[in-house]
Amino acid sequence: MIYRYSLRGRGDLTEWRDAARGFLAAGILPNIIEWRTMDDADGLFGFDDNRLPPPDPAHVPLSVPASFVKLAGAVVCHSDPTRFALLYRMLFRILHGRHLMQVATDPDVVAAQRMAKSVGRDYHKMTAFVRFKELPLPEGAVGRRRFISWFEPDHFIIARVAPFFQRRFTDMDWLILTPKGSASWDGETLRTTDDPAEKPDLRDETDELWRTYYSSIFNPARLKVKMMTKEMPKKYWKNLPEAELIPSLIANAEASVIEMGKKAASEPLPFHHRIQEAAANAPVPPRPAAGTLAALKEEARGCTRCDIYCRATQTVFGEGPPDAKVMFVGEQPGDQEDLAGRPFVGPAGKLFSDTLAEVGIDRHSLFVTNAVKHFKYEPRGKRRIHQKPNMGEVRQCRWWLEQEIELVKPKLIVAMGATALFSLTDMRQKLEDVRGEPIAMEDGRIMFVTAHPSYLLRIPDEGRKAEELIRFREDMNKISRLAA
Amino acid sequence: MKKTLKERLAILSDAAKYDASCASSGTVKRDSAASGGLGSTEGSGICHAYAPDGRCISLLKILLTNFCIYDCAYCINRSSSNVERARFTPEEVVWLTLEFYRRNYIEGLFLSSGIIRSSDHTMEEMVRIARDLRTVHNFRGYIHLKTIPEASAKLIEEAGLYADRLSINIELPTDAGIDKLAPEKRPENIRRSMGSLRLKIEEMAEPTLQTKRRQKFAPAGQSTQMIVGADGANDATILGTSARLYGSYSLKRVYYSAFSPIPDSSKNLPLIKPPLMREHRLYQADWLYRFYGFDIGEITSARTDGMLDLDLDPKLAWALGHREQFPVDVNRADKEKLLRVPGFGTKTVKSILSSRRFRRIRLEDLKRLGVSLKKVQPFITAEGWTPHRLVDRTDLRAMFEPKPEQLSLL
Repeated sequence: MIYRYSLRGRGDLTEWRDAARGFLAAGILPNIIEWRTMDDADGLFGFDDNRLPPPDPAHVPLSVPASFVKLAGAVVCHSDPTRFALLYRMLFRILHGRHLMQVATDPDVVAAQRMAKSVGRDYHKMTAFVRFKELPLPEGAVGRRRFISWFEPDHFIIARVAPFFQRRFTDMDWLILTPKGSASWDGETLRTTDDPAEKPDLRDETDELWRTYYSSIFNPARLKVKMMTKEMPKKYWKNLPEAELIPSLIANAEASVIEMGKKAASEPLPFHHRIQEAAANAPVPPRPAAGTLAALKEEARGCTRCDIYCRATQTVFGEGPPDAKVMFVGEQPGDQEDLAGRPFVGPAGKLFSDTLAEVGIDRHSLFVTNAVKHFKYEPRGKRRIHQKPNMGEVRQCRWWLEQEIELVKPKLIVAMGATALFSLTDMRQKLEDVRGEPIAMEDGRIMFVTAHPSYLLRIPDEGRKAEELIRFREDMNKISRLAA
Repeated sequence: MKKTLKERLAILSDAAKYDASCASSGTVKRDSAASGGLGSTEGSGICHAYAPDGRCISLLKILLTNFCIYDCAYCINRSSSNVERARFTPEEVVWLTLEFYRRNYIEGLFLSSGIIRSSDHTMEEMVRIARDLRTVHNFRGYIHLKTIPEASAKLIEEAGLYADRLSINIELPTDAGIDKLAPEKRPENIRRSMGSLRLKIEEMAEPTLQTKRRQKFAPAGQSTQMIVGADGANDATILGTSARLYGSYSLKRVYYSAFSPIPDSSKNLPLIKPPLMREHRLYQADWLYRFYGFDIGEITSARTDGMLDLDLDPKLAWALGHREQFPVDVNRADKEKLLRVPGFGTKTVKSILSSRRFRRIRLEDLKRLGVSLKKVQPFITAEGWTPHRLVDRTDLRAMFEPKPEQLSLL
């Protein structure tokens, strides 16, 4: 026998779900149910034959994946008369093979996804293309402003989309009328019906301003009509106040571009010359006195001695008291230093500061700088991968480091890592050969070599890392004694 | 005589249209249900209209004023141009935004401005508009503010409290280009501003120690725009700059804007049709870099002049140059390999990976997923399908090139 079942078919999931549960409990096969809706043309619509078969005692209640419930909620809103049969068939198949929803290539899944997509698009287009028109309050009346709109959706989406308008237009009363039902909001209650409404006669003066905006924001030099009609199909145009302008905007586009091209650049107006003159005569901001660190820093801001500069954000100059007794030299700024414009503020900087604090050195008493003043990196998606500066770049940048040393005149210079060591000595030596002991330099200063903190952070083996951290702290202790 | 509001709206939206972005996506979800105010944002943006240029209109995109003390050659509002000038009061911008919003023409405001008097003065007025919308009018819609690199850090910080997105346009891909065409702009200032914006966004996204709550600061992040075709930079240079910007400043988007002739154009610039196809290819390449695991070097390697192929999309162009990597077996290949097949998008790949756990994938399955078989066939093997050395065909490229247009008599 064939079961007939009639639904209102106005986008309500519950009515179908209740019936489907009943059929499923009785083990009824999909191909012997005829799902009917109010829209069926044969006029036989009626709820009299909506009797569900008695449940099969052997039936185990079925739980379905949440993704199916979500999908079904959208599919029931579609206007396709086969939607209920499709959903029941899928339900039945899920009962016998639970992974159906994961088989994205299955014909039923594809068909349902396509319907859901179409409903989703209809929903989206309704949120986009509803145009409210204000219904002015009677003379002298005070209260909430009132707006009305007429819209023609393809599917039964009124109840589904109404909460969107409530969330968005909370402080005004509104009414949306459509041939498939209407929705309204008065500040307290959101009401929806699925009775067809009549198109009202509406007018709103602000539409004129909107049309002005629409035609001015259009760029006639890049006509892409197909792209427009793909996203804003003609079926929506009759209810869009701006759409009446489209034919003339398209027709005049070419002419207005040619017109633009013919007009050669004209002579600038006097105010342009005044601005240019004012800029030329603008007082030059006071420059720091020559021969100071501040002046050197200013000069280094515009450094283009090597090619790293135009890829980095800014020059990261040394920082600290101009008469510091101890100077620390690292390799180059990293990601965080590059953004902030200050040396040793990232993860390595934190390790550096923490270790200093542990051994009782005040970071503020030190001059902290780098062998290379710009960040060299390779972009990798959302991150930047540190790249070691090459010898040429280190040599170019030594120009700045030498002047920093000359101005600060530190007693002790600490080279952290091989790049700093190379910059200070121009010799490529193994770090371990010179590490951990004071080395007298030609100019009477003392140099001390230790590891770079970011090297310590990169050691993968936890045990070795802990050892190296202890060595680093020992070095810092020695530095503390040397500086005293 | 003072121009009417309508006349000024025409001037100040015309002046704003060369900014490509109109995005209203990527921000937090919020609505006015609790506040009883106006406006909501729902994650994905809504395009409320499309102009015949195919561009989406989701925001009221206007300038506060088109008076400008800068003289950037590519810009319609440069000081030496003879375009009509106008300005809005902050109250007028607020009024237009709210009235347009109530009628559902738009879902927010994208406010930019010419530089008048000083950077701080201009920025202050823009921040005031955003603040009034949020605090006086209880407006919860989307706000995008253009940020002026030279404005003070305090103002930019305040802007981030009210705006969903902040953006600074880099405009040209090289420092030399900026120096030549936008003499008043300092590329290093632009980079520094983007850098401090990223630091601020990251700092505010950290939960605070006391309340454990994240503060809202430009939740839709920052973006930028580059003009394509105004200077001589090739696509490799443009994309290289994009990669650096994405990596350095965590930009949500880099927009590419084909240089389009402007009224009263500067003599220094080409008066040509905007290179729309080139712009399109750059967007495709940008997507390959961000979502498909391609390096910029790979994308631009197909040609020696650093330009993308205008006739073929960049993934197809890459595949034709790397035939040894094909065919790819849709039933076995890993995600990274599948993403490199011309004709497969991220969604298709996801569907394939999910489906093949339960059944072998055939060409019909792909067709049902909406894949163009003509495009993918030479590059894949599937259940019941091997391309019979199709990848080695010498005319493979010709199969994908656009058909030559038939000539017609003049």
